[in-house]
Amino acid sequence: MDAISDTLDRPPDEVQEQLPRLALLHEWVVTVDHKRLGILYICTGLIFLLIAGVEASLIRFQLIVPENTLLSPQVFNRLFTMHGTTMVFFAGIPILFGFANYLVPLMIGARDLAFPRLNAFGFWLTLFGGLLLYFSYLAGDGLYGAGSAPDVGWFAYAPLTGRAFSRGNSTDYWNLAILVSGIGTIATSINLVATMLCMRCRGMTLGRMPLLVWMMLVVAGLTLVALPPLSAAQIMLLLDRFLGAHFFDTQAGGSAVLWQHFFWFFGHPEVYILAIPAFAFASEIIPVFSRKVIFGYPMMVAATVGIGFVSMGVWAHHMFAVGMGRIPDAFFAASTMLIAVPTGVKIFNWLGTIYGGRIRFATPMLFCTAFLFQFLCAGLTGIMLGVVPFDWQLTDSYFVVAHFHFVLVGAILFNIFAAIYYWFPKATGRMLSERLGRWHFWLLVVGFNLTFVTLHIAGILGMPRRIYTYPADRSWDLLNFVATLGVPLQAAAVLVFVINIIISLRRGQPAGDDPWDAWTLEWTTTSPPPPYNFDTLPAVRSRRPLWDLKHPNDPDWLHE
Amino acid sequence: MTSVLPVEPEAAAWDLPSRRRAGMVGLIIAEAALLGVFVVAYLFYLGKSLQGPYPKDVLEIPVLNTLCLLASSVTVARAVRALRQEDQRWAGVWFAVTILLGVAFLVGTAQEWYRLIVAHGLTISTNLFGTTFYALVGFHAFHVTMGLVMLTLLAVFTWLGELRSTHAEQAELVSWYWHFVDAVWIVVLTVVYIIGR
Amino acid sequence: MERDTTRGLGGGQSASAGEDHRSRPGVLVPILLWAVLISVMGLVYIAAGAESSPRNAVPVQTPNIFAPTSTPAFAIRDLSWFVLSICAGIFAVVAGLLAYSVVRFRHRPGEDNREPPQVYGSNQIELAWTVVPVLIVVILFLATARYIFGIEGLQPTPNALQITIVGHQWWWEIRYPDLGIVTANELHVPVHDSSEGAPTFLTLQSADVIHSFWVPQLAGKMDVVPNKTNRVWIDPRTPGLYVGQCAEFCGVQHAGMLLRVTVHPKDEFAAWVAAQRALAADDLAVRGGRELFQATACINCHTVRGTPANGIFGPDLTHLMSRVTLGAGVVSNTPETLRDWINNPDILKPGVLMPAMQLSPAALDRIVAYLLTLR
Repeated sequence: MDAISDTLDRPPDEVQEQLPRLALLHEWVVTVDHKRLGILYICTGLIFLLIAGVEASLIRFQLIVPENTLLSPQVFNRLFTMHGTTMVFFAGIPILFGFANYLVPLMIGARDLAFPRLNAFGFWLTLFGGLLLYFSYLAGDGLYGAGSAPDVGWFAYAPLTGRAFSRGNSTDYWNLAILVSGIGTIATSINLVATMLCMRCRGMTLGRMPLLVWMMLVVAGLTLVALPPLSAAQIMLLLDRFLGAHFFDTQAGGSAVLWQHFFWFFGHPEVYILAIPAFAFASEIIPVFSRKVIFGYPMMVAATVGIGFVSMGVWAHHMFAVGMGRIPDAFFAASTMLIAVPTGVKIFNWLGTIYGGRIRFATPMLFCTAFLFQFLCAGLTGIMLGVVPFDWQLTDSYFVVAHFHFVLVGAILFNIFAAIYYWFPKATGRMLSERLGRWHFWLLVVGFNLTFVTLHIAGILGMPRRIYTYPADRSWDLLNFVATLGVPLQAAAVLVFVINIIISLRRGQPAGDDPWDAWTLEWTTTSPPPPYNFDTLPAVRSRRPLWDLKHPNDPDWLHE
Repeated sequence: MTSVLPVEPEAAAWDLPSRRRAGMVGLIIAEAALLGVFVVAYLFYLGKSLQGPYPKDVLEIPVLNTLCLLASSVTVARAVRALRQEDQRWAGVWFAVTILLGVAFLVGTAQEWYRLIVAHGLTISTNLFGTTFYALVGFHAFHVTMGLVMLTLLAVFTWLGELRSTHAEQAELVSWYWHFVDAVWIVVLTVVYIIGR
Repeated sequence: MERDTTRGLGGGQSASAGEDHRSRPGVLVPILLWAVLISVMGLVYIAAGAESSPRNAVPVQTPNIFAPTSTPAFAIRDLSWFVLSICAGIFAVVAGLLAYSVVRFRHRPGEDNREPPQVYGSNQIELAWTVVPVLIVVILFLATARYIFGIEGLQPTPNALQITIVGHQWWWEIRYPDLGIVTANELHVPVHDSSEGAPTFLTLQSADVIHSFWVPQLAGKMDVVPNKTNRVWIDPRTPGLYVGQCAEFCGVQHAGMLLRVTVHPKDEFAAWVAAQRALAADDLAVRGGRELFQATACINCHTVRGTPANGIFGPDLTHLMSRVTLGAGVVSNTPETLRDWINNPDILKPGVLMPAMQLSPAALDRIVAYLLTLR
């Protein structure tokens, strides 16, 4: 067939318009192209983000007044379980791995990932897992006639998840959905590691990889080591629930705390798996909009690798109230505080990049600036939580909820939006609207802070998490009301964002190859790139090949 | 626009590791993490069963099984070497012997389980020992099975004459997986049959 | 590693870089939107407020972790102030630098498009900003370790009051083994007199899943884990009422597992103990209700000391009317709510494990009349 060579010769836009829709859909379903799969991952993640956002809104509406009867406790418990599970596994991971998928080959000058078909396999498993999880709403009325969506919390502590306390199949849907999508994530991680180690273009030594690539390498490596323990624990839970095993069965001498150890051994690296890609986006975007090279590239790499290693040793700081004893408490306090150092150092490096620059506040930079402030707050509240006795008051309260939402939304989601505004032109050939971008940003910043700054105070005043209602006159009323006020603002922000995407796909300004005047390899090819990425595979001599081209009298490799 | 800049002489030879190797190493790391957690669970629950049967009452060191599996690592290495030397006949023979040894291991495991279940009444739901034992040994056996499937594919393709020395790297990587399974068995042997008894 | 460059921007379109939209009328729009949203939320609040009716008529205190009354909570508060001040300092410095940089180094319209000096790094600066955080972290860790060992290290003395708390789905069983008292949900302890008394030690166990015992003004929380025994200690200095609740998700009614801790002056506590140790009241007028109580399934779950009822699945009812709330704090303990509770507890506490007893109104009246005598 000449369709392939035809496709290669003509500009991408023209081809898309002429292919019949069904054939186009078929193309997308069978694709093994990392760019298409990256977009599929990101769009899947964004859709789940919207769904989980609706779940969160319902949670906040139930909590707007004390002793509210909007939602029953059963529905509420399902909502917060599904919200957390969806956000972590079906919004966060797909979006971030989707970006890795899209950007890594382009940034290292390769044509695709190491194993394109494995890539597709990983995506479809992830999507299937998400659908399986949501199928529980319909089909959780299993053999026992009980249950619907899972309602055990996103970290599903034993023995609440045992057969005795979780009847029906809702917990099994939680288990299997994550198990299945976890296999997909591990497959993608293997793929990414192989790509980054084995397919860099000529001249791109490890020390010349863009920071985003370094950080995705650490993330992929961390995933390889941290995700299987969750899969193992979930298999154990399956054995408990279906074959009568006793891994977490306290009636038979099993340990409830063992589940927590296994879960958090995965769970803490998981939050770094989510956070480090966000740092990666910031490390690419902040230099470009400050018009300065990243300050201290070697230290940024070392700090990231350090974070990767140390993150494997802090997990029990989620368990300070379990009663592990003084020595484990002290050890994990120490490791938790240790990891604050490389994390803080990165903030300083970004600060050092901005300092002395010539900052242009296009939408990506607005989001990254907010990220810097919000991540600083998140890191500091994290340190507070590492102070064990303080944690004895704050853990399992709304203070922790506020802390991790500052990380997940304030740092990660803001950077995801920054990344979308930054790379959308590359992927589609069109710019997103700056005007709508500003609306999106300001609505989100105000709404987000209104909700989550307030919730810190609720935690300090003794409000525990995961409660579907609360008594009046504990002084939580006004705080919850104000926190809920942030919901319509954030919803409006996301609505504006969706409108921006839809409008700009059709009528956005044409972007050209390099709309931001950036310096990494993805900006050397067309927008969108052809299926084969580059006409000729590039060769590089520094960390910013385009800077070298644009400044031939003063290239980077004279200074690195 | 692409940038093709003059590169320094030392970068003229641009040798990166093979993708396949990196992929298999990645897989082995992930599998090691998975199996490691089962080992941790086994060690954690040593001596904590509320009732018998207990390990020292029912476990016998599986010497024959171990020998089969260790030998199979040797034979699979031989097979890969034969393939590299374009000796397809011997490669096929060594692959077949490896598979037989692997199957013998599984048969031995099955026999042991039969004895434990029928003679001693030890199942996965009997006590903590049963739970962790069957999970760990079972998971290892599952990986042995997956390895056997891959080896069977290699053997069949060798007999059909399709597998050549150009495929030596792929065959070697399957043998790495098999060596990994073997190494895990050493760990299981030590933890379950030596320390645990 | 610094250098200056006077090169202009190389290639590429800068379609959006440098845009600086600030349309004056556009500022009003967000304010109007904000006003509309606030009004909408206000209406929602009012509407929702009209629906809900707090069933706990008893005024309670805010469980503020910064309003301690017991040594562990005092210690945590002191440590927290120390940590908060360090973090506030860090925030002020770093956020200040960020804010300064973001304002000072903006590209101002009218400026040319030269690239600023490219600074690749600085070993001295990077070393400094690694060493200083390490020092801060070491200090924080030392403070943390000191408080961990101080609080967790305390051993019970022989004359200390020992209380065992067993967490159930979704209520608290409270036992005073040395005093022969079993009650539920509402903890009574004596005020701590530092001259002679010892702290009160709570032994925490679970009958089913993981719960967490948290009364912020008394101590940090401690999980209640099945197959594991945890311990906390408290020494409340001021009599009064302190509230808390379960702080580890434990199922449907995790939110309905409230805690009330009443701290009594010494003599008041002795009186309370004496009253609780007494066997159940035996009022002849309500004998009919008592017979009915013992003949119905009630005794399968509940204990009333001094009668054949010795069920252990639900709370001990021997002195039910000495408690201020029902259902682990979800409703007040009044005759009306007691009646509603027995009739169908699921309406007051959806998902509760106590079944609706399906009693006729007459039978219900008799049982309620009996229970009302159990002071």
